[in-house]
Order: sequence, then structure tokens, then C-alpha cells
Amino acid sequence: MLEAFQLPFMQRALLAGLLVGGLASYLGVLVVQRRLSFLGDGLAHAAFAGVALGLLLRQEPLWVAIPFAVGIALLITWVREQSSLGDDTAIGIFFAVSVALGVLLISLRQGFAPDAVAYLFGSILTVTPTDLQVMGLLALLMLLLAPLWRYWAYATFDRELALADRLPVLRHDYLLSALIALVVVVSVKVVGVVLIAAFVVIPAATARLISQTFAAMTVSAILIGTLSVLPGLVAAYTLDVPAGSAIVLTQALLFGLALALRR
Amino acid sequence: MAAPAVEIEQYSVRFGEFQALQEVSLEVPEGAFVAIVGPNGAGKSTLLKALLGLERGSMRDGPTRVVGRIRVFGHPPREVPPGWVGYVPQVKGFDRSFPALAIEVVVSGLRRHWPFRIGREERRQAAEVLEKVGALHLANRRLGGLSGGELQRVYLARSLIRQPRLLLLDEPATGVDVVGEADLYRHLEAYQAERGATILMITHDWEAAQHHASAVLVLNRRVVGYGPPEKVLCHECLSQAFGHVGHAHQVVLGGR
Repeated sequence: MLEAFQLPFMQRALLAGLLVGGLASYLGVLVVQRRLSFLGDGLAHAAFAGVALGLLLRQEPLWVAIPFAVGIALLITWVREQSSLGDDTAIGIFFAVSVALGVLLISLRQGFAPDAVAYLFGSILTVTPTDLQVMGLLALLMLLLAPLWRYWAYATFDRELALADRLPVLRHDYLLSALIALVVVVSVKVVGVVLIAAFVVIPAATARLISQTFAAMTVSAILIGTLSVLPGLVAAYTLDVPAGSAIVLTQALLFGLALALRR
Repeated sequence: MAAPAVEIEQYSVRFGEFQALQEVSLEVPEGAFVAIVGPNGAGKSTLLKALLGLERGSMRDGPTRVVGRIRVFGHPPREVPPGWVGYVPQVKGFDRSFPALAIEVVVSGLRRHWPFRIGREERRQAAEVLEKVGALHLANRRLGGLSGGELQRVYLARSLIRQPRLLLLDEPATGVDVVGEADLYRHLEAYQAERGATILMITHDWEAAQHHASAVLVLNRRVVGYGPPEKVLCHECLSQAFGHVGHAHQVVLGGR
């Protein structure tokens, strides 16, 4: 089995999985605790529309998808703040618009539907060095922003108390949704549009079941998110099944275990 | 002369079509204990939030229009050092699903952000203030497992740990039994005696308010009455304010 990870594409797959798993789970803790689980799905589909646009313009899809998805994330947050519509409604609208736009863009030019479909389901075994560099930069950015965890956690615990203590909660909301969009976009290549929400939600939900404190929930979510990548990849390699599916099913297995074992 | 703890002049708040507060004017001297009574929807919570600088917290109810002037210790609410003000929100607003220990909630009141780890000195301070409100045994309990009364104590400790000059409490006695309520007043009075703090507290229990507060504010979007309890909550004053007393009691007591 070990020799599999001497293959460069398997090494890249492992590294990409660890980075994406860790990043998505870290932000997933905030997403789950703020009851925004649907946001991962919505932004994944925004990323899909961005990818379709990039393919249409013959650009590297990532460079088009990133600004597109971040823009949609900021718009969702703006609509949530400005209107009395629920979070799920605001997300649902942009979700639908993104899918409609993505499908429309794909139909505009013949021949690239297969490329776009690859993004729907992801292909962790075809991760390029460029993909890895972008993920690494994003991980570095998240490390630099780690001191903000305490404010994000405080506003998640009680938005009103955070506001009363002069925390710029709204600014943090925009920053967070932009970061979530970034993580979702760079993950889409690896996990696929259909499954990225699982990377955001399942490890965090599992961590929630076994943690007494928010700090413990954050740390265990990152551990679960990264650790489930290895068995998932091994299963993908040995059983010749899609890696994204294998990883998500591993995460789900851990969730089931936590559910069964919790006190 | 030092500025009063709270000065409100001709203050009105409107959420969309809803007039929450209308031309409220009052002054609270430092060291006072003011009980705020009034029916549901009378703007009591809106008034407390205005003192915290939160009246424009959300656009979700439609555009908020605010006129008038508020000063807390001589400053506009948003410019008061946050450590000067302690706030205990309504118990029904608490999110119990947040994974946290009681001691973390208390320490967050000191740090004004969420603790990843709690240092030894913070732990000592938190234990001290939890003990004062009779909740030391709750320190390492999970938030989700606490009763309403226990939560109130933890949140009271959270607001007291920063040793505020002004303490704002939104119905802290709701969901608390009679013994718990007597305890609450005891803790508040002890803190006030220790620090000379000013307390504004929303309550539905005007009898308890009468015994403990130095002043009562009867609010029904406007100031209906404000002054010493025996003057404000007397039969005649209420009937004067509301027309007849049966109705007045209903209004003041929120249907109780």
C-alpha cells in the first residue's frame, strides 16, 4: 500500500486532501454552529458557474471561479443583513441562479461539457502543482488569520453580546463568507461541487457531538477532516472508486461512530 | 459635578412602521437601582439596547429611525468604554447548543472575545465571581445542561466579572423561582454596595421591584411614570396614567 504514495499524483492527492479537509473543517465549525450548513452547497454551485465561465473564456477556471464565488458569498451575506428573508432563502436564491448560469454558459459552447462535469464530481487524482500552491497559500492565509477565531467564536456564541462589546460583527461576517467561498472554490477541483458541502459540514458536526467546548470542537473537526482523507484515498486506490466519494463516506462513518458512542 | 450614569433626552425609535419608543426623557443618577416595568412591546428591551448602542443592530425589521440624545456617563453609548457596562440579556435568547462550559462564558465577559484556553489568573477571577453569585459548582458544567435559573447566574457572573459601573439586566428574574429571585436581588445589592454601581433592570415583578429598587420606570413606549417606587406604583398615579386602575395594572404587569 505504501508504494502507492510514492507515486507523485498520489502524493499530490494526499496533500491536497489534507489541506482541503483541514481548511473546510475549520471554517465548517463556524458554518455548522451558525446553522449555515446550506451555505457550502450554495457556494459550491457558485463556484461551478464560475468554472463554466472560465472554461467559456478559455481561462484557467480557478482564476474566474474565485472572484465569482467570493462575489456571490458577499452578495448572500448582504441580502441576509438587509432583508428579513431567512438565511436558507438568501442562499437558495443564489444557489439556483448559479446553477442556471452555469448550465447556460456550458450550453453556449460545444465540447467542454465533459470538463465541466469533471468539476461536478471532482478528481482528486488529477491535482496539479498549481492547485497545490493555491491551497497552500490559502492555508497560510488561514493560519495568519487564526487570531480572529476568538472573535468569530464570540459572535457565533452570541451575536448581540459581541455587538454590545463593539465587535465589528458585520465586517467579520463578510470576511468569513469570503473565506468560506475561497475554501469551497479551491476544494471543488478535488472533491467536486456535489460533495464539497460534506467536507464543510460532516467533520464539524462529528466534532460537535464529541466536544465540550468550542475550542475542542474546532481542533477535533480539523483532525477528523484531515484524518479521514488517508483511509478514503487508500480505499479509492485499492477499490478503484472515486476518491471524493470514498473520503466523504469515511467522514460519514466517523460521524455515525460519534453518534453511537457519545454519552 | 460628575455626569449622571444615564441621560436620555427626547429619544424616539421607530422600526419600519412600529414606534418602539416615543420621546423618552429621563436621567438616572450614579448608584441608582432602577426597575423598568411595562407591558410586552413597551420598548423596555429597546431602551436597554439603545444604552448599549445597539438600536441599529439589525435591518431585518425594516429601516430604523432614531431621534434624540443618549449619554452614558457623559458619552454617546458607542463611545463608552465597553468595560464600564455589563449586560445580562433575556434568557430566552440564549443559544444552548453552543458547546461551552459555564466558566468560558464568564471569562468571555472579561476578555470580550471567546477564550481558546483559560489562564490561571482568569480561572481564579471567574471562580471568585461565580462564588459570589452562588454558582461556583457550575463552573465546569456544560451550558446546554443548565436550568434557566442556573444560566441566569452564569450570565450574571459574566456581566459582573468586568466590574461594570452600569449593569443592564433584561428580565433576569424570568424563569427563576422565588428563592432564586431573592438571591438575585441579594447579589445585585451586594455588588452595588461594593462598587457603587448603577443598575437598570427590566422586570415583570413589580412587587419585588418596589422593595429593592430606588426608582421605578413605568414604560409604555413613552414614560408613564418615573420616580421612587411608592410614588410611581401607587394606586392613584397608575389610574392617572392609564385612566382606570384595573387596566393600569394589566398594562403595568404585562397581563399578570
